[in-house]
Formats: sequence, structure tokens, C-alpha cells
Amino acid sequence: MSDTHSESALHTAYVRKEMLPERDPPTSQKGAVLWMRENLFSSIPNAIMTVVSLYVIYYILAGIGPWMIGGIWDAESLTECRAIRDELYGHGREVACWAVITDRWHQLLFGFYPQDLYWRPILTLALFGVAVAPVLFENAPRPLLIVTAIFPFVAYFLLWGGSVWGPAAVAVGFILAWAILTYTQDILGSLAATLAAIVVPLLYWLYLVGPVAGWLHGLAPIGIEAVGSDEIGGFLLALVIGGTGIILSLPIGILLALGRQSDLFIINKCSVIFIEVIRGVPLIVWLFTASLLLNYFLPPGTNFDLMLRVIIMVTLFASAYIAEVVRGGLAALPRGQYEGADSLGLNYWQSMQLIVLPQALKISIPGIVSTFIGLFKDTTLVVFVGLSDPIGFSNLIRATSEWNGIYWELFIFIGICFWIFCFSMSRYSQWLERKLNTGHR
Amino acid sequence: MTIQVIALILIMGGIYWLARNTVQNLSELGKDFDFGFLSQRAGYDINQRLVEYTNDSTHARAALVGILNTLLVAFLGCLMATILGVIAGVLRLSKNWIVGRLMTVYVEGFRNVPLLLWIIAIFAVMTEATPQPRDFRGDDPDASMILGESVAITNRGIFVPSPVWGDGAMLLVLTFVASLVAIFLFRRFAHKRQEATGEILPVLWVSLGLFIVPTLLVYLAYSATGARDQFPVLAVGAEQGMTLEEFTDENRNPAICALPRTAAVNLSTDLRAIGQRASIVPVETPADLQSNIESGECVLAVISPEAGETLVAGVEGVALAPLEDTVDRGRPLQFERPQLAGFNFEGGLQLRNSLIALWFALSLYTGAFIAEIVRAGILAVSHGQTEAAGALGMRSNRIMNLVVLPQALRVIIPPLISQYLNLTKNSSLAIAVGYMDVRATLGGITINQTGRELEGMLLLGLFYLITSLAIAGVMNIYNASVKLKER
Repeated sequence: MSDTHSESALHTAYVRKEMLPERDPPTSQKGAVLWMRENLFSSIPNAIMTVVSLYVIYYILAGIGPWMIGGIWDAESLTECRAIRDELYGHGREVACWAVITDRWHQLLFGFYPQDLYWRPILTLALFGVAVAPVLFENAPRPLLIVTAIFPFVAYFLLWGGSVWGPAAVAVGFILAWAILTYTQDILGSLAATLAAIVVPLLYWLYLVGPVAGWLHGLAPIGIEAVGSDEIGGFLLALVIGGTGIILSLPIGILLALGRQSDLFIINKCSVIFIEVIRGVPLIVWLFTASLLLNYFLPPGTNFDLMLRVIIMVTLFASAYIAEVVRGGLAALPRGQYEGADSLGLNYWQSMQLIVLPQALKISIPGIVSTFIGLFKDTTLVVFVGLSDPIGFSNLIRATSEWNGIYWELFIFIGICFWIFCFSMSRYSQWLERKLNTGHR
Repeated sequence: MTIQVIALILIMGGIYWLARNTVQNLSELGKDFDFGFLSQRAGYDINQRLVEYTNDSTHARAALVGILNTLLVAFLGCLMATILGVIAGVLRLSKNWIVGRLMTVYVEGFRNVPLLLWIIAIFAVMTEATPQPRDFRGDDPDASMILGESVAITNRGIFVPSPVWGDGAMLLVLTFVASLVAIFLFRRFAHKRQEATGEILPVLWVSLGLFIVPTLLVYLAYSATGARDQFPVLAVGAEQGMTLEEFTDENRNPAICALPRTAAVNLSTDLRAIGQRASIVPVETPADLQSNIESGECVLAVISPEAGETLVAGVEGVALAPLEDTVDRGRPLQFERPQLAGFNFEGGLQLRNSLIALWFALSLYTGAFIAEIVRAGILAVSHGQTEAAGALGMRSNRIMNLVVLPQALRVIIPPLISQYLNLTKNSSLAIAVGYMDVRATLGGITINQTGRELEGMLLLGLFYLITSLAIAGVMNIYNASVKLKER
């Protein structure tokens, strides 16, 4: 076929031999003009919408652009700021006074944390980055998981300071649990071993940790300057509460979700009641419960840190939401997966760990991350029970005589800080979703 | 089974431990567990209330006022968040690039910043960037009212016209209810007709007509017959032929006794026009009116001419005579405009800054989440559905109504309702702006005054829990009704 075709082409005199040069498309069909025609002015309503949006953007930018760019960065107080403004721009022009940020950024970020110890929270944050890397990214080196395992104790030691033996003694409890679970399973059977792995460390924490840590500290007094909970504030506080809540709520939430999906009547009903009661009541009510009522429920005379109470409440609150998200993932798995795991002869925990949870968690990633984002944003509510988060500090700063009457600059600074954290979390979840999307659904 | 028994024992033990601690702590503090405080006098004022409340009312009443305030802001918030969210969600899918980007900025901006910050920021705008009422004074004021002199935006809140029911309001409402019933019956009839014969009736237009026309006709007819009616103004100690202005020169800022209808509002408007402030003393029956005049609670009364004659004849000990001026009886439904009086606005409805800030912030914040839900719902309907409907010969609006929307709604409604739930719970952030919701009344001042933390928090939690469970129950019923029937 091709032979006859080329032959006939050779013998046909009127067929052009050389290629014509490519010509540009008409100006209205290419480049920016085409793009604008397609995307901005494809129809009359569309054109109207474009014009209206452009006007809105212009209006907003013209309103806040000069205000932000002309802002004053170097002043001691609002009055000074205004004096500089009048000097620079003449009377009647409003500009931002960013000086409040340069003057007070350390309070907004660290609260009353001693200034010469700022390296400790910063080091903690850096370590946190190293610790979460192997969890978040698959191609990070595996040995980093050791950092992940010891990070909680190191972070506590760095932030609160004091004797090194306190966190170390608490960490021993976890090693104890792990040892019991690994080595006594053959002797005691799995149920008894699990129970022992829960009860023995609990008893150790309740009765032995204090004396052991004290004794060790007496032997070798190693420690750094102690910092009280009331000195931790600003974004540091939001990160501590948010971070602890996020790390602890995921395992508790998964256990609750398994409980809710379980066939065991009592466990099922208890999980349902716990989840629904926690979810049905706003966080702020739980925070007030933590600050007003917790003393009623504990043995007389117990009194512990408000920050710890808040962390416990925030964790329980977030874990109920995580439980619902994970339950959705569990319910979305086809029954065949559960049945397949059973037919392989795996027991309940093995089938959950190897077959069900990896798939269910993958499905629930977007929900889990959005719960985390919600939890991080909700840390601002602790201001109402008397902890000084960034919003609490913005109120404190506005109450001082130097910065009385300033608000936008502070709100914008706090808003941008939160936005960066939350937005990067949501982008990470989208990236993970795309990466894990193996094409099954 | 062993696990269950162990779990049961552990849980019972935990509950017993908590209960024992609580009892012990309560007895050490010398407190008991008693809800009797609910019937005690509350003793504090609530600046925004939907039902009658004074500081003599009980704590239970204060809690009710708070509950209604919570429900009010939740309802308004859900309404506006839905509107914003649907618009933003649809626009985010628009082919127009710039509109899509603008909506992305809105959604990402609001979703990633704490709600509390938005509430405080909007509250700051409302209180700091709006004019004071006194800026509205004078011939060349710094600020002026908008929307035809009917709405005033001030740093004390937004003043809007308030509806006042006049004579014939009952008929108006009855007509409206009747037309709603008629719409329902017509839709059923149209559905049956279509099933039987295939004929499609113009349901939308007929419904819209039934919704508006009868009520409007009754309103116009009633206004046309009654609006020119004049009511006499009866004044205590007035002489024959005295005008309202002459009377008020002697009795400044008089109190008006009137049945709570439009005529009283018209009289107070007339008084404000001649520079007087009038306070309306609401009365329920003509007999109350008579006793109020006799006791001197008010010096002006406005009532229909017939009842006025019996009233003048009936009062004892006070000389009551009609003034030269009369007052319009008014329409079945009138709107009372806010008017500047002294250093503040009077009349109309005052929407406090706390309500506005909370409402706007909740709506904008939840609206961003709803926008994403709406977008996901629309994207969830595969394009093949639209094409298949087109291949069946359906027109584009029918494709939207019969094919796309029902499927998109199945995806949208459940998360939408959980957003409503979140909004309702988030309304407890009212604490940031001092809005008197249930947490501020029952969970705040009441607890502080009575020292009943345990009982107060328990009731507060129960209220939120019941609300949540009720909404979740409705959602489950809806889910069951739209679930795809499989196998």
C-alpha cells in the first residue's frame, strides 16, 4: 500500500514537495488573548463577574495595601508610632504600626518563657521536625525513628527543665510495658500479658516514679533550670497543647473506633456513649469542666497543673472526633477484607494491624488531618480558662498603656501564623492522599 | 466474654471511684447536689432577650433566655452560612478563572484561621470602625442612615426597622397559612396529574403566585379600607381644641397607653417628629387602659373612636378629652423605623454588635466549609449522568432538577448537617464578645452567683447534648430515606 502511495505521489506533478512553514494562529486564538477570552470573558455574565471581581480585588488592595506597606516598624509605643506617621505622611493618613510586632514578638511566640532560655523551645521544635520526618515521609532514614521514640521525654525535659531523672523514670515505665508484653506472653497467655502490661506500669507510675526519680537525682543531680507551666505562653503554648493533643488523640481515637465497630456488646456501647457525649458538647464547655469541675472527680487534695488538665481535655475531645473519622474508614472497607484476614487464620489484633487498619487509615487521612487542623485552631479557646495563648497575649498587649488601641496588626500577625501551620497541614494531607492513591478507589 | 467481664468491672470501678470522690469532695465543701437554685431569683440583667425577662425572674428563666439566644444565633448563622457556602462552592467551580481564585482565597483564608480570631476581629470592626450615634446629629452629620433612612449602623449596633402588627394582622397571617396549604395541595395534585397523564403543570409559577398574591391582596384591601381611619388621641387634662404640640409643651415626653398595635407606634412617631420622646406602656385590655389612666401611669391614650367614647365616660377622677390631632390607625403590618433621639436611636430593632459579630463570623467561617462540601457534592455527580439525561432528551433545567441535584444532595446533606451542628456548638464562643447565650447565663453568671458548678455544667452539657442528638437523629432519618436501595 505504502509503495503505491509514494509512487503515485512521485508521479503527481501538482503535489507540493516541500513543507510549508508553520504559521502562527490568529492573535485572537493564542496566548494571553485566547486565555482571557476562554477564562474571563467567555460570555456576558462571565465578563460581568470578571469586572466585578476585579473591582473587589482593587477595592481591597487599595484599602489595605498602602496601609500595610507604609507601616511603621520602629517605635516604642502607639503614640510614638502616630507621631512618626504624622511626620512621615502628614496628617490624616492611616498606616499600620508593625512596631508592636517587633516590640512584642517574643511574647506572642514564647509567652513569659525566660528570654535567655529561648534556645530550648527552638531546639525542641527542631527535634520535633526530625522526630516527625520518618512518620511523615517514607524516604526519610529509618534510624530516625529512635528520635521519634524518645522525643516526648526529651521535649518535656527541654521545655519544663528540672531534673533529667523525672522524664527518664517515666520512660522506664514504657520500657517495662514493652518488656512484659514481649517476654511474658508465652508464660501468661496473651490476655493476661496485656493486662499485666497495663497494670504494672500504671502502678509503677503511681507509686514508684516519684521516689525513684528523687533517689536518682540525689545520686547524680543532673538537670537544667526549671520553667513553670505558667511561663509557657503564646504560640509555644498552642504548639505544645496542639502537638500533644494530636500525638495522643490518634491512638486513643483508633482504639475508640475499633471499640465502636466491635461485636462485644459492653465495649461497643461504652465507646458509643463516650464518643457521642464528647462530640455533643462544645469544647469550651469541656474546658470549663476541666478548670471548674475536675477537682470534684479526683481524690480530695489532688491538684494538678491547669495546662495538663487542658491537654487531657483537648486530647479526649479530639480522639472522639478521630474515632468517628476512623470508623468511617473502617466501614468503607469491603467485608471481604475482614473475611480474608479471618480465613488466613490471623487473630483480631493481627488482622487489624496487618490488613484492616492500614487500608482504613489510608481512606481516613483527609478526615484525620482536618480534625488535627481543627484541634490546632481550637487551642485558641484555652484563653477562656486563663491560659495565655497568642490571643490571650494580644489582649494583654492591648491592655498595656503603650499599645492600648492597637488591634489589626496583632490579629493579622496571629492569623498569618495560624494560617501557615494549618495550610501546610492541609497541603501535606493532599500530597499524602495523592501518593497513597494506588488506584483502587 | 472474659474481656467483656473485665472491661465491665474496670468501667464500673472507674465510675464508682469518680462518684465516691465527688460525694466526698461535695461533703467536704459543705455542698449538696440540688437543682433548687433554678427557681431562685436570678438578679442579673440580660441585654438581649426574646422572651419577657427581668432581674426578678428565676435562674431557670435566665437559662431559657440564654437557650433562645443560642438557638437564635445558630439559626441565623446556619441560614447565612448556607447561602454563602452554596454561592462560594458553585462559584469556585466556575469557568471564570478570577472568580474561582477569589473563592479559593475566601475558603482557604477562613478555614485555616481560628474562628475565635474572626469573631474578635469582626467585633473590633463593629465597635471601632463604625460611627457613634451622635455623629448622626445635626444638619451636616458625619454619618447618615442607609437604605432610605431606615437602617443605622452605629458602634452600639445596627438599628433596623421592626415589624409592628396592626388591626387585621390575624387575617393576614391566616391568609398566608391558607396559601401555604394551597401550595402544598397544588403540588400534590400536579404530581398525581403528571403520574396519570404525563402532563406537566407549571408548579413553580403557580406556587410563587399562591405564595405572594393572596396575602398581598388582603394586605392592600385592608390597608385601602382602614388606612384612612383616624383614632382620637385622648389626653389627661386636655382642653377642647388643643393640639398635640400644645399639649406636649406642658407635658414633656409623655407616656402613652395603648394596645400594642400600629396606632401607638404612629403616635410615638408623630411625637418624635415634634421633638418629644414617648414611652409606650403596653396594655392588654381596655379595662387595664382605664386603670392605668386613673393611676396616672400614662397621660396619653390612643384607641378606636367607639372604645374611646366609653373610656372617656368610664374613667373616674381624671379629666380625659380628645385632642385636635388624630392618629392613623395604620396598616395590618407596618415597619417602625429607628429614629435618632437624644444620644441614641429609638424605635426599631437594635441588633447588638455582639450578635452581629458572632453571626457574621460564624457564617463566614462555616460558609467556607460548606463551600467545600457543595463543591465536592457537585463534582461527585459524574458527567455521564448529565450526558445520559441529555441523551434522553431532557432540557438543562430538568437535568439539574431531576438528575444532578438529587444525586449531589445525597452527598451534600450529611456533612452539611454536621456543619450546622458544629456551628451550633461553636456559638458558645459568644463568650468572646459578651453575647448572652446559654453558656453565659446558665453556664456563667448563674454558676458564679449560686456556686453550683456541678449542676450548672451538667445542665449546660445536657442542653448541647440533646440539641446535637436531635439534629443527628434528623440526619439519620434523612440518610435512611435517600440511601440507595441496594440488593
